[in-house]
Amino acid sequence: MSQDKDTGGRRAAAFDVRLVIAALFVLYGVVCTLMGLFGTSAEEIDRAAGININLWSGVGMLVFSAAFAAWARLRPIVVPTETGTPEP
Amino acid sequence: MHALAQEQLRLDAGPVDYLLLALYFVFVLGIGYLARRSVSTSLDFFLSGRSLPAWVTGLAFIAANLGAIEIIGMSANGAQYGMPTMHYFWIGAIPAMLFLGVVMMPFYYGSKVRSVPEFMLRRFGKPAHLVNALSFAAAQLLIAGVNLFLLASIVNVLLGWPLWVSVIVAAAIVLSYTGLGGLSAAIYNEVLQFFVIVAALLPLTVVGLAKVGGWSGLVDKVTTQSGANELSAWPGNELTGFGSNFLSVLGIVFGLGFVLAFGYWTTNFVEVQRAMASKSMSAAQRTPIIGAFPKMLIPFLVIIPGMIAAVSVQEMTVFKQRGTGDVDYNDALLLLMRDLLPNGMLGIALAGLLASFMAGMAANLSSFNTVFTYDIWQSYVVPGRSDGYYLRMGRWVTLGATAAAVGTAFIASGYSNLMDYLQQLFSLFNAPLFATFILGMFWRRMTPTAGWLGLVTGTGASLTVFLLAENGVLELPGQGASFLGAGAAFVVDIAVSVAVSTVTRPKPAAELVGLVYGLTPKEDRTASTTGEDAGWYRRPGVLAGIVLVMVVLLNIVFG
Repeated sequence: MSQDKDTGGRRAAAFDVRLVIAALFVLYGVVCTLMGLFGTSAEEIDRAAGININLWSGVGMLVFSAAFAAWARLRPIVVPTETGTPEP
Repeated sequence: MHALAQEQLRLDAGPVDYLLLALYFVFVLGIGYLARRSVSTSLDFFLSGRSLPAWVTGLAFIAANLGAIEIIGMSANGAQYGMPTMHYFWIGAIPAMLFLGVVMMPFYYGSKVRSVPEFMLRRFGKPAHLVNALSFAAAQLLIAGVNLFLLASIVNVLLGWPLWVSVIVAAAIVLSYTGLGGLSAAIYNEVLQFFVIVAALLPLTVVGLAKVGGWSGLVDKVTTQSGANELSAWPGNELTGFGSNFLSVLGIVFGLGFVLAFGYWTTNFVEVQRAMASKSMSAAQRTPIIGAFPKMLIPFLVIIPGMIAAVSVQEMTVFKQRGTGDVDYNDALLLLMRDLLPNGMLGIALAGLLASFMAGMAANLSSFNTVFTYDIWQSYVVPGRSDGYYLRMGRWVTLGATAAAVGTAFIASGYSNLMDYLQQLFSLFNAPLFATFILGMFWRRMTPTAGWLGLVTGTGASLTVFLLAENGVLELPGQGASFLGAGAAFVVDIAVSVAVSTVTRPKPAAELVGLVYGLTPKEDRTASTTGEDAGWYRRPGVLAGIVLVMVVLLNIVFG
């Protein structure tokens, strides 16, 4: 719990939650898209008012994920070098 | 509970759905593990070291409130009352969130308090602080119990796991990431949860609307099956239980929109804590305002599916017409998922529901452990220890609170419409708090004695209304009782506070700098507009104006 004491800068923003979100949605997107292409029966599509919702959501999630990854890449987190007052 | 435990609700979850669900849990625990590395002091654990950007805290602000209570409860309300449920979002949240960001946040963030009760301590002294800290802690345990009960019953019904297994597994997961990473883990997970919830609800809404023949199809079906008054938000008589249109509008605007909403959003530490974790005054002010954008649109993903379920799911329509059956309104969203979603999307929807439960419960836990550790333990029980002691304490408190929430889950199981139950709790705890805060922030003459006496009598007033309504002395079938209770609490609190203030001694002005409007220099209340806070789109006032215009338009279009 005290291994960060020596670094000086704050680590709270050291990992980027945008990349974590993008990673989860890549996986979700791939699984749903594959399900939509190969694993959704005609009966299931019929039940969902004729929409192949797995396919559409999967593609949507992949696009969303790409957008988040691009955002994280274009505007990376700058870990501040402790210019403010140190915490007590 | 018996109504939920029906075979007909069992979802046909396949291996793919379990895979998607498992992936989600891996990510949740991974975030807890990553966030742990940034925790070295108690401030890191309880307030994320005040270092997060506004979009993160803004989404967490909303996701913390987007618990199972909100999703299940609001879709239940949507199925039962229709469009008037929108008031919980547009009247019952947005104005209060904007007020919090623009007016109140400078005092919370500027005074560097670590919790809402601590603000109470600085402004009014120990008695008010203790009343506030204890009632908040008690409320959080009750609400965490509701979240836990909802999760357990959902998992029990949908997947067939025994109730106690899902309670323990879920509690263990929430416990491990909030215990490891503290508020940062809770907040980062809330952001992730927000997107998973949207990914679950958006396709459901789209498919649901297609199923009933689009928007016009929904309008036709609701009109023929339950009447056109479910299609417009105003005057909402069914929701309030008031026969008169005038009283109904008054109840919504004053009771829900003013007292309940302002009480909830502006003084509830669960929410305010997220803003306090942000990295600058400007970011803290923007937190609730950024949160207001998704908050405006969430009802379309929650209430509309509820309404669709009420007209398209067979069991639901029967229940709504006859008032009897094996299902109840809380099942609306689940039944719709069962009817519409194929394997794959079903897994995402399950992950979304569990995400929402965990967001709510983690938020309750992370705010409970802060208040308990700082405001009860450090202030009154064991003061003056090292920071490391309170950090360890916070982790143990998280464990204790999780265990207590299991107990309170059973209280929640006695109410068929959980939202009713929650509104009752909020009106008991939050409405008088708001009255005391707003008076204390703007009236320097208000005395410490008035602070705690106002709180106690205000809570007593709403408790009285609650008991009268429970025992049938007051006939208010909808949620009018909580609106009335909130109103009574507010009025009594203000009256008592003013009366007591005139006969007791106020705190010296020097002690109130940074806490009271008239005594705080303007530059201390104004956010910076340079560096990372530069640009018109980062001005809290401008953003709040945009939200306000949008919410007025929504009320006109769907009014």
